[in-house]
Formats: sequence, structure tokens, C-alpha cells
Amino acid sequence: MAGPTPPAGPVLPDGLVAVVKLDCPTCVLVAPVLDELAARAGGGRLTVYTQDDLAFPVSAVPVADDTALAVSWHHGIETVPTLIRVKDGSEVNRAVGWSRPQWEALSGVDGLGAGLPEHRPGCGSLSVDPDLTDDLAVRFGGSVLRSRRIELAALEDEMEAAFDRGWTDGLPVVPPTEARVLRMLAGTTRDPADIVAVVPPDLTPVTVEQVAINAVLAGCRPEYLPVVLAAVEAACTEEFNIHGLLATTYFSGPIVVVNGPIAQRIGMNSANNVLGQGNRANLTIGRALQLVVANLGGGRPGRPGRPGVDMALMGAPGKVGCAFAEREHDSPFVPLAVERGLAPGTDAVTLFAGHGPTAIVDQLSRSPESVTRSLAAALRAHGHPKLAIGFDAMLIVGPEHGRLLREAGWDKARFRTELEELLMLDADPMLRGVDGIDEGLPATFAGRRVPKFRPGGLQIVHAGGDAGLFSAIMGGWAGGAMGSAPVTRPITDTPGESSPLPSDLPSQPGGPA
Amino acid sequence: MTVVLDPTAGKVGSSIETAPRPATIEGLTIGLLDISKPRGDRFLNRLEERLTEAGATVKRYAKPTFTKPAPVDLRHEIATNCDAVIEALAD
Repeated sequence: MAGPTPPAGPVLPDGLVAVVKLDCPTCVLVAPVLDELAARAGGGRLTVYTQDDLAFPVSAVPVADDTALAVSWHHGIETVPTLIRVKDGSEVNRAVGWSRPQWEALSGVDGLGAGLPEHRPGCGSLSVDPDLTDDLAVRFGGSVLRSRRIELAALEDEMEAAFDRGWTDGLPVVPPTEARVLRMLAGTTRDPADIVAVVPPDLTPVTVEQVAINAVLAGCRPEYLPVVLAAVEAACTEEFNIHGLLATTYFSGPIVVVNGPIAQRIGMNSANNVLGQGNRANLTIGRALQLVVANLGGGRPGRPGRPGVDMALMGAPGKVGCAFAEREHDSPFVPLAVERGLAPGTDAVTLFAGHGPTAIVDQLSRSPESVTRSLAAALRAHGHPKLAIGFDAMLIVGPEHGRLLREAGWDKARFRTELEELLMLDADPMLRGVDGIDEGLPATFAGRRVPKFRPGGLQIVHAGGDAGLFSAIMGGWAGGAMGSAPVTRPITDTPGESSPLPSDLPSQPGGPA
Repeated sequence: MTVVLDPTAGKVGSSIETAPRPATIEGLTIGLLDISKPRGDRFLNRLEERLTEAGATVKRYAKPTFTKPAPVDLRHEIATNCDAVIEALAD
């Protein structure tokens, strides 16, 4: 099982060790064999641990008490009977269930269990009983958790206690009990004590365990944790500048775009209502990141009488948390993470400082040229129709718009080239004072052409449901070194999944601008 | 009784003492830190005039961008060279 490495348990005695329980027909069946082993085994004495009834097995062999299941839990007993050969305190080999050849090989005794069948599968060990595993994990594995324990009073409501202590974003949170946090940590191969990032604004070094606690608060399932960890790591980079994003009066917050097979495996939504309600992974992954920033980084919104670092004039609904998966299977585009330098098929997060969506309607275009012109027209108004370069954006191309590009053979590079050409603007109508509007480009731009977005300032992804001739703009904050640049990070700590090779990593932090 | 794990960094709110207020600004070196917001310079230019009239020596500093904390070297330089600092926020 993945998860934190448990503390060392009781050392097994040398010789043969059997773990049994009365409530198992196979254990009852092999009870006479244990007597034979006690009498004949040449490789040292036999110790029999019983999980449920100290009077079992009735025989000349004294039984050792494992009704607390410490030996079974620490030594990974999943089935009883299990026979283990121990030398110098270390396990040499084990046989699971009854198997005459295996038991004979392990014990060095021939002719065991005359009259018994050759094989008989065992029964489930009490230490893996689903009703007991949480308690056992806390009892025996809980000492790996280093965070402070907080006892809630018997009459305290757990949900209200979290609000009272300031741990929430205004919505209820899941109480982070030890059992829940240990289950969450099973979602990653990383050590709970690993430092994930130094989280602004308080510049707190934050461990995997502390992120896991906040992922529990947010309502994440354990399999989301690697995504949350990668998002925290990406957010707390110099390029992404979560400190400035938090402190700005502007609307934006961190948006997490997930690419790769992990999105489907953990059930993220990339289709209908992709930015809306209803999908646990989408809603809780972004929320976990924001709770990490608030609870561990100290970045909370201000309230009357209590100043905070988040100075947003209005904020945006997505600041509770915003994460979604790119719709890759029928996309006209290479996935965002691949465009930004990772190998195809890599699980990855890309963080973008933004908010939204703003709808783009085009129900009449039937050619890639026309729909691209529509999208460019809408993007020209981003932030202010008379401003350019300063503010980034993410364009989410809806599948019905994307189909026009795909069927015409436009890939992402072609689409980007066409779009960026349409977003080269004459500066003169955008100058300060033109149209009776004081806002605009400085007079130094007179006579020039300007790109609406800085190089690297427009992200393009594909997401949404099957029906609806719409796309969307996720407005972005000040872009690049002036504010925030998107950051992509691979997800490499999924249990049972192979990690991408180091050569798959982008050569520059965050990939190409 | 429920036991939960502390989701915060465990820091209790600490108060930071402000530096002693100077009785007079005459003869002091005052740093003016422009955070690089538009028109912050107008505010600071006026302050520089007033402070100079009052007998202070003014040193001007600027953050590279208002969106990020001031670099540590800049903070150290100001703390080393100035008796007090005024930071402008403007738009």
C-alpha cells in the first residue's frame, strides 16, 4: 500500500512464525500441522500468534497474543494462516494460506498435514478488516504525523469548530482527523515530512502532511493529492508569484489546468459544465490549493477590523478554487502541458493567474477563418479595448468551435498564428483620450501596431460539453515578469504509476514563455 | 471527543513593534520608495519637496514591480542608508 512508511513494529522472534485466527476454517484445518511443526521443525522454535481467541489453537504450542493486531498490522499480514520464516529478526520468506509444498519448503519438514488437501486458501486477516483499518492506521501509523493535535470538546460541533478557528474559506470543511489524513497520504508516494514549497505570504515551509490536511479540509479524495501537491509547488514559484496574485486589487486567483491520463483516472471534468458545479475533483483540487495558501501561507482576505493580505476589490467566484481538465480526446490542439514543453501523455498541472469565464458567442461561423475572427474580436476587448500587452488571458475553445478548426486541419500552431495576427492592433485608436476616453495606450505608441497580448501571454485550451457554439475567456492578471507567468509542473508521485524521466522536464522553469 | 490535526502553520498572531518615531525630520535621511504604480512618482516628488524644505536629505528608491515584494537587497539598502522610509501606493 502506498502512503507514509509506518514506524517500526514489534520484531518477530527467530524461527517459524504463524499468524492465525479461530474464525477461519483454514486456520482450524491446519491447527494439527502447527503441532507437527512445534514438534519437528529443525529451523528453530515455532511461535503462533492468534488474532481473536487466545484459546486457539488448542494444542501443545503456547499462543502469543495478537488480539491488538500490532504484529499483524506491522508485518503486513493480509491473510491467515500466514507462515513466516524469521532469521536474525528479519523475515526470510512467507507462505500465505495452507499449501503443503510451501509449508514444507519453509519449515524444512516433510510430510506435513497428512490427510489434509494439498492447498487451501486462507481467510482475511483481521488487520485488513475494513471496519478496523482506519483505527489501526491511526494507532500504529499515526506517529508519522507530526502536526499538532487539537482536541475538540465533546459538545463542540466539528463543522462550527473549524469556522471558529478560522480554517475555512466560508464554506464548511471536512474535519481533518488522523484517520482521514492518513488515508489522504496514501494518495502519494511522497514522504509526509517532505517539504513541498515555501508558501507566501508568510513564507512557511510546508510539508506533504500539511498539504494533505488541507486537502482533507477541502474535500479531496486521496487520489487527488498528487495534483494538489503539484499545484502548490507550481503556485509557490517566483514566476507564478502567488504572493502578488493574492495581494492585488485585481480579480484573479490561481486556475489549475490538468493534463494527462490522471485527469480521467481521478474523475475530473473536462466536458459539460466544466467550470461549474457538480464534479468533486474539479471543485476540491482548486479549493485545496487556496486553503493551503490561506491556512499555511497566511494569505487570507481582509475583513472589517481584521486586515488581510488579499486586497481584491471584488475577487471572483473561482477564488474559492478553480481547477479543470483539458478535453484532450477530440481536441484540435496539443494539450497545454505539451505545448509548454512536457512529453505527450505526461500528467501535469499548469497554473494560470485568472478568473472568469466571459462568454464568447458565435453560432453562425462554419469556417475556421470566421470563428477565429470572432474569437479575436472578443479577445480585443479583454481588460479594456484600448489597452494591450499588460494583461494575460486564457482562451477556452469550446468543442463546437474546436471542431471547425479540427475538420479544417488547423492545429494549435496554425490557430495561434492566425489568431495572433488578428490581435496585432493599430495603436492610434487606442491612445489615451481617443473616443473621449482617458484610458488607453500612452502617446508613445502613436503610429505603431501593438499585440493585444505579450509574447506567451495568451494560453489556449480546449474544454466544454458537446453542444453549444460558444467559447470562453478566462481573464488574466498582469502578465510575465510584471505579475504572473503560467507555470507547468509534472505530477510524478502517483502510487503505482511510472514517473516521467528527468529529460521530460522543461529546460526552463515553467516551460517556454 | 474528536481529535483533528492543525491545518495551519501553528503561528499565533505576533505583533511587530514600530520603530521609534523621530522627534524631528531635520537632518535625517528619508528614503522614498516608489512601488512602481502609475503616478506614484507625482506623490513622491511633492513629498521630496516638502521634506527637503524641512531640512531632510531624501534618497529615492523604486521596486522593480508593484506586483512583487521588494527584493531583499533593496530593503537592506534602505534600512542601512535611511533613518526612515515612506512607501507610496498610487494609481
